[in-house]
Amino acid sequence: MSEKTILLDHGSGGIASQELISTLFLKYLDNPILHSLEDSAIIENQPGRLAFTTDSYVVDPIFFPGGDIGKLAVHGTINDLAMRGARPLCLSLGLILEEGMDMGDLERIIISIGEACKHCGVPIVAGDTKVVPKGKGDKIFINTSGIGIVPDGIDISSKNAKAGDIVILSGTMGDHGITIMTRRAGISVQGKLESDTMPLHTLVQRLLTEIPGGVHTLRDPTRGGVATSLNEIAANSGLSITMEDEALPIRPEVKAACEILGLEPLYLANEGKCLAIVSPDLAERALNIMHSSPEGREAAIIGRLTAGKPGRVVINTPVGGSRVVTPLHGEPLPRIC
Amino acid sequence: MKYLDEFRDRALARPLVAELRKSVTKPLRVMEICGSHTMAIFRNGLRSILPEGYTLISGPGCPVCVTSASHMDAFISMAERPGVRVAIFGDLFRVPGTHGSLANASSRGAKVDIVYSPMDALDLAIRHPEDLIVFLGVGFETTTPGIAATILAAKNRNVKNFTVFSTQKVMPPPLIALLDDPGLKIDGLLCPGHVSSIIGAGAYQPLVDKYHLACVVAGFETTDLLNGLILLARQVGKGEARVENTYQRVVNWEGNLRAARMVDEIFEPADMEWRGLGVIPGSGLAIRPKYADFNAEVRLDITLPEASEAKGCRCGEILKGMSIPTECPLFNTRCTPGNPIGPCMVSSEGTCAAYHKYGMD
Repeated sequence: MSEKTILLDHGSGGIASQELISTLFLKYLDNPILHSLEDSAIIENQPGRLAFTTDSYVVDPIFFPGGDIGKLAVHGTINDLAMRGARPLCLSLGLILEEGMDMGDLERIIISIGEACKHCGVPIVAGDTKVVPKGKGDKIFINTSGIGIVPDGIDISSKNAKAGDIVILSGTMGDHGITIMTRRAGISVQGKLESDTMPLHTLVQRLLTEIPGGVHTLRDPTRGGVATSLNEIAANSGLSITMEDEALPIRPEVKAACEILGLEPLYLANEGKCLAIVSPDLAERALNIMHSSPEGREAAIIGRLTAGKPGRVVINTPVGGSRVVTPLHGEPLPRIC
Repeated sequence: MKYLDEFRDRALARPLVAELRKSVTKPLRVMEICGSHTMAIFRNGLRSILPEGYTLISGPGCPVCVTSASHMDAFISMAERPGVRVAIFGDLFRVPGTHGSLANASSRGAKVDIVYSPMDALDLAIRHPEDLIVFLGVGFETTTPGIAATILAAKNRNVKNFTVFSTQKVMPPPLIALLDDPGLKIDGLLCPGHVSSIIGAGAYQPLVDKYHLACVVAGFETTDLLNGLILLARQVGKGEARVENTYQRVVNWEGNLRAARMVDEIFEPADMEWRGLGVIPGSGLAIRPKYADFNAEVRLDITLPEASEAKGCRCGEILKGMSIPTECPLFNTRCTPGNPIGPCMVSSEGTCAAYHKYGMD
């Protein structure tokens, strides 16, 4: 790459854009469909129903322990497909770059996207780049859309949750959210805080094939955290959810950082975790499948669905009390005393 | 983990719950003064297991909630002045003034930075020499020493564009104002842990002497809270009134004298307006004339605007412990955390926010 920073020219569609495509995008993201550089990608018809999703990524900082904005953009959209039981097929990649962005940073992000796609087995088949004047963006914003195939007979939806179902969380909560918050606040805690960004489609495929019909609902508790996702499931299914405080898997360093910042892990974003609502008779099997998968080693049963007040989520506390868990309102702000 | 899981341990907490039930021998009303206590009590689900006859009233101990509407209006109009950059703790961001909040001002282009410590605001001043930084001091004794230390650091480093708008408040005077109100009938106070680490448990002795109140200083973990509630019930049951300190790992009798000296160097007592309580003599801290260069009110020549509180909002009565959120006609109807009308709904430690968050409807 001849330039060291992003220029407005890189989004013009002219020579500079072509250089970006050949020296970065084709170099690190290459596959036959993308390589054709046509106006749109043609994807062969596949049996099953199509799942289609989109998500935009504006995380700040763009590099953080455990990942970066590029990896997040690949995993996030793949996970959204997986949460409906879809097998992810391909992604599109839209970049909005700020004039003056460091070219080395962009290359690092594109390399990371390439690695994540390869690891997931899901190619980028379409893309676009725009550049906005300095000060009109913040280094890089990414949009990825994804297409997946839902095999016949698979029906994963929050409406399918039933009273008596078990809630399994595939691992520890809050790792991503607290990593970003502490980076922003410039706070360091003992131990290792790291984003959990991770693709979950392989784990989901195992669950769907090994316990057919056992999984009723899947959600990845990203923004708003486990508390907000469970509220959505409770609202959509017209059921209540009861959680056990002591069953919630949380890393000690995440807990400590939350105490310092006045945050609750239940409301922090996760980028590599799913909530699985599973029939009670198959819950142990589901948990074993998770425990034997790299994505779900720390999975735990955290609660169950009941026929109580529709939409209500309650948590039982260690002293034998209980409290209601509401969805997140606004951005989580730190307390002041 | 040190000092976290140990104090939340089920095996330690469960017997204390049983003890709490035994300790209540006659009905009692206890005010938890501190917003952090209010939240911790909810978070632990303690309200759901309080024995019959034990009534908890939430007091005026959330600094954001007691910030007057006229102060909020002054903050917002100041943030909109060119060349001013306001640094705040996050809780203040969405607090409504008469017209909108700092969040609204920020969306219109005002420079509002959320910081985690006043020292971060000093760093902002160094990074932005073109702006006058105003740190909005909204807090009790817990946050005052940090602000005093920051002003001293700014002086030592010769930073000319760092200022503080002090609405810092002190705890005992509003309690006296509340206790002098014959409408408020309470038997005891659950005294704030963090504030007491600065002012010392001895600060409550005058309340014991004058009002014959049971006063127990407690921490914020499950077992701390249970312990505090038990000791209060026992004192009231026996007709006793004294200061007990169950938070000895943090709080002593005299308080933090070094912090007190530093605060005294920078600040002097001042009359202060409290939302819902009015002006209470000697309940605030103003920056001494010697440090006027660091006083935003002096540097920017600010006079407090007249402001009215939202119609129908009962935050005033709630802060006094005379009403509970569910008695307010706006609670959960027009006033929600997403669209707060009164300050008790905005702050994560406000009583209304606690009632909403933990589903007391």
